[in-house]
Amino acid sequence: MRWFLDNWTDIRGLAWRHLWLSIVPVVLGFVLAVPIGYVAHRWRLGGSALVSIASVVYTIPSLPLLVILPSLLGTTFLDPTNVIVVLTIYAVAVMVRSAADGFGSVSEAVVDAARASGYSAWQRAVQVELPLAGPVLLAGVRVVSVSTVSLATISPLIGVSNLGSLFTDGFQRSFATEIVIGIVCVVVLALLLDLLWVLLGRVAMPWLSVRGAR
Amino acid sequence: MNAFSGGLDWLATSAHWHGDDGFPHRIVQHLGYTALTVAIASAIALPLGLWIGHTGRLRGLAIAVTGALRALPTLGLLTLVVIWRGIGLTPPTVALVVLAIPPLLAGAYAGLESVDRATTDAARAIGMTEWQVLGRVEVPLALPLILGGVRAAVLQVIATATIAAYPGLGGLGRFIIDGLAVRDYPQMVAGSLVIVALALILDGLFAVTQRALYRHQ
Amino acid sequence: MIEYRSVAKTFPGGAEAVRDFSLVLPSRTTTVLVGSSGCGKTTLLRMVNRMVDPSRGQVLIDDVDVATRNPVELRRSIGYVMQHAGLLPHRTVVDNVATPLRLGGVARREARTRALEALERVGLDPVLARRYPTQLSGGQQQRVGVARGLVADPNILLMDEPFGAVDPIVRAELQHELVRLQHDLGKTIVFVTHDIEEAFLLGDQVVILKKGGEVAQVGSPAEILASPADDFVRSFVGLDRGRRTLRIEEVDGRQVVVDADGRATGVLA
Repeated sequence: MRWFLDNWTDIRGLAWRHLWLSIVPVVLGFVLAVPIGYVAHRWRLGGSALVSIASVVYTIPSLPLLVILPSLLGTTFLDPTNVIVVLTIYAVAVMVRSAADGFGSVSEAVVDAARASGYSAWQRAVQVELPLAGPVLLAGVRVVSVSTVSLATISPLIGVSNLGSLFTDGFQRSFATEIVIGIVCVVVLALLLDLLWVLLGRVAMPWLSVRGAR
Repeated sequence: MNAFSGGLDWLATSAHWHGDDGFPHRIVQHLGYTALTVAIASAIALPLGLWIGHTGRLRGLAIAVTGALRALPTLGLLTLVVIWRGIGLTPPTVALVVLAIPPLLAGAYAGLESVDRATTDAARAIGMTEWQVLGRVEVPLALPLILGGVRAAVLQVIATATIAAYPGLGGLGRFIIDGLAVRDYPQMVAGSLVIVALALILDGLFAVTQRALYRHQ
Repeated sequence: MIEYRSVAKTFPGGAEAVRDFSLVLPSRTTTVLVGSSGCGKTTLLRMVNRMVDPSRGQVLIDDVDVATRNPVELRRSIGYVMQHAGLLPHRTVVDNVATPLRLGGVARREARTRALEALERVGLDPVLARRYPTQLSGGQQQRVGVARGLVADPNILLMDEPFGAVDPIVRAELQHELVRLQHDLGKTIVFVTHDIEEAFLLGDQVVILKKGGEVAQVGSPAEILASPADDFVRSFVGLDRGRRTLRIEEVDGRQVVVDADGRATGVLA
């Protein structure tokens, strides 16, 4: 606790960096994965292939990807962009599946009703299917958000500092307290971010929290 | 793409396929860690998940705990356990078990929850005991989702078991950690490619198994 | 006027839903397509707003082939009420009813006002307007569905077993409500059901269908009862079991109508 208070400003700086390194990939991942997931859902044959490709991408170990990326992107080795790109790739990989599941969870009868009321294909996707897939999409975002915050801790291994720096630093100095505080900070950050998504979900999907719903 | 072709060259070098530092030995080690970890995690998570799904109790707690476990950074856990317990099998095992528990637990309780209430009611009504309801009705019906959880856990552990090399153990992570130390990109790429291939093969096996099970139902 | 000209529908995979169907549906009347499941009645209904395109033949509205119309535009010009109401679960009741207007480009405020009027017309408490569909009973949801079908004041209203999923008492209420509405509004209604009682209650013209959209008989309820075309129709409408047979008995100088079991059902005027 003492150490935590002594180093509060440093930790706050690291946490702030960590937050940005996590939020950007989650948001980018969502924006990219939703259209891919929609295509995967609508396009029966290619759809399962898209989802399989996504889950294969997820199995690429992160560390080498981080190391190789600069030579592919033309970025410098210490550029935080590398971390953001890698985390975005994983976020997309996970979220494509939950987006496809989400669109799959929308009742065919409701889609049919929307079609019969004269929604065009585009209006139907945006105004009916997207909001109704919302709960599953939100669940996907929450899983991705938590694991992104946790995964981002490897970035100090390639020289981009964030809360993970507390692990590498603590490891080198054999100082357990620093690592424990790092873990606690990461978990708290992940939970706070999770709370943010839940609240955003409440605001965006008021029909889910009505009283007396049967 | 240089790094990529360099990795392929590295893979094609026959010297890298022999001895304790060769791929076959490292693959066996890697699969060993994966099997050990998933076995331990399953022993903890599956009974718990089945109990939660069957009784409907502590569901909220289970969701919170899986969320919190997902948030636990693998690297942090690993370094912490190394400092406490020293270098050895324990640190990576602990870190990987923590990684594997959330998907296993979620698969188990979500699987049981997906079973229609009317079906379990009917099973009780014809005189099945709670154990029979669980064993003969709920688990068979929930099997696709339970296996889905196992599949996710195995893939995550395979991809992350590289960290076993960090505190000095073997496995395919050796190529990556050793490569990182001396900036030997081809070696890192080669190691990664083997891991991805391994993951693909296992994923394929799971897909075949699951399809066979679905056909059964 | 809606006209079917020898339409047929074979679905991908070879299922033949309708073989060869022709019929004229006069304007401002209710035509009921009635038959067991698999007789192609829903397929025929959905051809009118191009939810299904016929494999052969044409469907015409006021002598215009619907195939020449843009399907989205066409659907916006036709009311549609379906089983389980088909409401959008993420929209409030009033917004659900306003949907066809909003799609037609009506401003939000005006759409809401007209939606509230439509809700009132189908006998729904305005208090319910701010609720979500899941907070309503099945019968209330169905009324919302009817209000949505009517809100844009379409000439044609398609109803696909709209009252099939509600309990018998509520169904009777909704049926009588529809008769009253049709009396006031005079829409061209195409109504699909498997319930012959409902068909006779609502239909000016009743079409009894066999498998594959084959017409067993077309006529007013009275015509069908008076001269059923064949044994299929006789059995379908219940004439074969004597259920429709009524007798007149003289009681205290009045003529009382008595059913097959001898129970009094009414008095001749």
